[in-house]
Amino acid sequence: MAAPTAPPRSRLQTALGDAGFAALVTFGLSFPLLAFRTEQDMQNRLVVEPRWSWSLAAVLAIFCARLLAGLIQDWRARALAIPGALVAIYGGSLALGPSFSAGALTACAGLVLLALAFPLDARLRQAPAPAARSEGSDRSRLFALGGVLALFLFPFVMLTLLGPAGSLKWINNYGVQILIYVMLGWGLNIVVGLAGLLDLGYVAFYAVGAYSYALLSTTFGISFWLCLPLAGILAAFWGVILGFPVLRLRGDYLAIVTMAFGEIIRIVLINWTDFSNGYAGISSIPRVTFFGVPFTANEDGFAALFGLEFTPIHRTIFLYFLILCLALLTNAVTLRLRRLPIGRAWEALREDEIACRSLGVNTVNTKLTAFALGAMFGGFAGAFFAVRQNFVSPESFTFIESATILAIVVLGGMGSQVGVALAAVAMIGGTEILRELDFLKHIFGGSFDPAQYRMLIFGLAMVVMMIWKPRGLISTRAPSIFLKHKRAVAGSLVREGHG
Amino acid sequence: MENFLQQLINGLTLGSIYGLIAIGYTMVFGIIGMVNFAHGDVFMLSAFIALLVFLILTQLVGLAYPPLAFLIVLLAAMAFTGLWSWAIERVAYRPLRGSFRLAPLISAIGMSILLSNFVQVAQGPRNKTVPPMFTDLIRLTDGPLSVTLSYKQILIMAVTAALLLGFWFLVQKTALGRAQRACSQDRKMAALLGVDVDRTISLTFVIGAALAAVAGALYILYYGVVNFSDGFTPGVKAFTAAVLGGIGSLPGAVIGGLLIGLIETFWAAYFSSDYKDVAAFSVLAVTLVFMPSGLLGRPEVEKV
Repeated sequence: MAAPTAPPRSRLQTALGDAGFAALVTFGLSFPLLAFRTEQDMQNRLVVEPRWSWSLAAVLAIFCARLLAGLIQDWRARALAIPGALVAIYGGSLALGPSFSAGALTACAGLVLLALAFPLDARLRQAPAPAARSEGSDRSRLFALGGVLALFLFPFVMLTLLGPAGSLKWINNYGVQILIYVMLGWGLNIVVGLAGLLDLGYVAFYAVGAYSYALLSTTFGISFWLCLPLAGILAAFWGVILGFPVLRLRGDYLAIVTMAFGEIIRIVLINWTDFSNGYAGISSIPRVTFFGVPFTANEDGFAALFGLEFTPIHRTIFLYFLILCLALLTNAVTLRLRRLPIGRAWEALREDEIACRSLGVNTVNTKLTAFALGAMFGGFAGAFFAVRQNFVSPESFTFIESATILAIVVLGGMGSQVGVALAAVAMIGGTEILRELDFLKHIFGGSFDPAQYRMLIFGLAMVVMMIWKPRGLISTRAPSIFLKHKRAVAGSLVREGHG
Repeated sequence: MENFLQQLINGLTLGSIYGLIAIGYTMVFGIIGMVNFAHGDVFMLSAFIALLVFLILTQLVGLAYPPLAFLIVLLAAMAFTGLWSWAIERVAYRPLRGSFRLAPLISAIGMSILLSNFVQVAQGPRNKTVPPMFTDLIRLTDGPLSVTLSYKQILIMAVTAALLLGFWFLVQKTALGRAQRACSQDRKMAALLGVDVDRTISLTFVIGAALAAVAGALYILYYGVVNFSDGFTPGVKAFTAAVLGGIGSLPGAVIGGLLIGLIETFWAAYFSSDYKDVAAFSVLAVTLVFMPSGLLGRPEVEKV
């Protein structure tokens, strides 16, 4: 005789239960922080005022999201349904309050999305899972070549499409900005992805490069083209100096100590005003020249020399190609080094340090070269940063920068060059796009400032991407050396970050 | 001499706050081997919760008796911060348990950015100041440079001592503490012997956050001002304290906290206050390089 069991709860019941619990927790979380706000009154005293609408909105949003996540299985359908529901709720609240027509329209749009999600979920659930694709090396090489070609054509395409004034923003804010982070990601990839040394203070070398160019050019008048290698050498030197004491450390400890070094360098830059001019930074750093020809409207300028009409976009395009070449140089050096004995020693060190020592690998030299080379590329990128901005200050070299670069490397899939580039586009391009959300002011009203939410969404994206793909976007890696056949290695078989 | 005594008192007060935060780091590291990067921001969050609860009590409820208000603020901050920490562990860390080692670290860094910006959006970027409380001074010596001990310093040290006593009892004498120690020694074996590992880890996060919440409430009492970006530096210093005391060791975290508080205060008093953060960071680097297991920690032995 089987004991009578309670009837199994239906999916709707389970989802409702979960959603109710999540809503309750959200209410608890939001109670003091969202439900009340503090304001300074006339006597400069803090006054607290209730603001239940925010708390209510958060509870409602979490309830709907959790309910839909419980009802809909496929993540693509969820991605359609949850924003749809949130838009519908927002539209509804707008329709009840200030403007009925706009609110009703928004609500309808949200409901349509929501309604579409359910049939989509049913269809996707029936469809068989796509067979795992094997990445042929020919295809990935073709992809990389196509990507590089597209990058070289990008400024010209933008120029013809949008004209000099319109394309400046795209080439500068998107092209140059993303490429700087691609280069930093590739540089850090040598340290973290290849040698397995977890470095959370990479921004220190970026700062060394930037201040090297800033100080050498403003004090001694040395040109950018001479300073670029000098900045790399100085940064590599600092890489060795900071790398030497931490040779014995591993994993998280190494991360924390490198982070401390990064902060120490920043604090010294802030406080040693005789050297670095402190918070004020160093301004009027000489601008980049076309191998000695300045980008000015004068007759000895770049435009006059080549018989072009002067526009400031020439300098931007030149900077774009400069950083593109620097990034490609980083990539080429990394790919070459992986095949040299030193590159193999790095990867061996990442997998098992004790085995490396037993087999006679000089771990001191191996670690220090990784630090030095990674730092050198950081220094190049720093010098480029200084010549692009014409201004450096310690504000640009905070811990957030280091965390961003490390997140790019880890999200890219540690050791995968294409993955790091894709992650840089996603993280930096994504946060840049958030600057463009001014149109939201028309929806949410004039006091709404989308820029405020930029870093909030950035942090959220870091968490969500890690949960979604803990091993990064490209989690398989091509082996550097192989016997007869080149097979992709699953990321889960690789021990990482133990060095 | 007067200056020395005064700085000793100030350093011990500051060190009490660091010690309370450091326990959260050391417990979480002990049990799941992860540096909870967001712990400093949980501390900052708790200071905001304490501030808001205090303002609600005094302005909306109309509670005028400071000691009672302070007690309610402490309990409320502990409860709400504990809930926050529970939710953070559930959402951002638990799905990554058993994943490869960098994933939780990046997730925690993301959480830290998320929390500080959430507070900025919810409460605004400006400094929040509260009127000073418990300001009466006790003069210990008379003279041109008299040594003073303020009521709030006494309160901070007393609350810290009382909490540590209760916390020590919790870890040493209760079933939860036993489960916690078992999990930090061998998680798999503890699970086999019937310890609910998930629940124990969740409660570890909650307890760590509750202690950080007390630190947050004491911080705002001591300094009277808090800002959304105030989580990072105290967080790193508390982590330094945990490392200095030997990570994983609870008494070590408290001793480390007091030492860091003293080092920072004396450095600021006798050398340069501009570089007081450098002193704390240097202690971190020097400890890890020359004494990786800290003062009271167990040395890490790797078996091949």
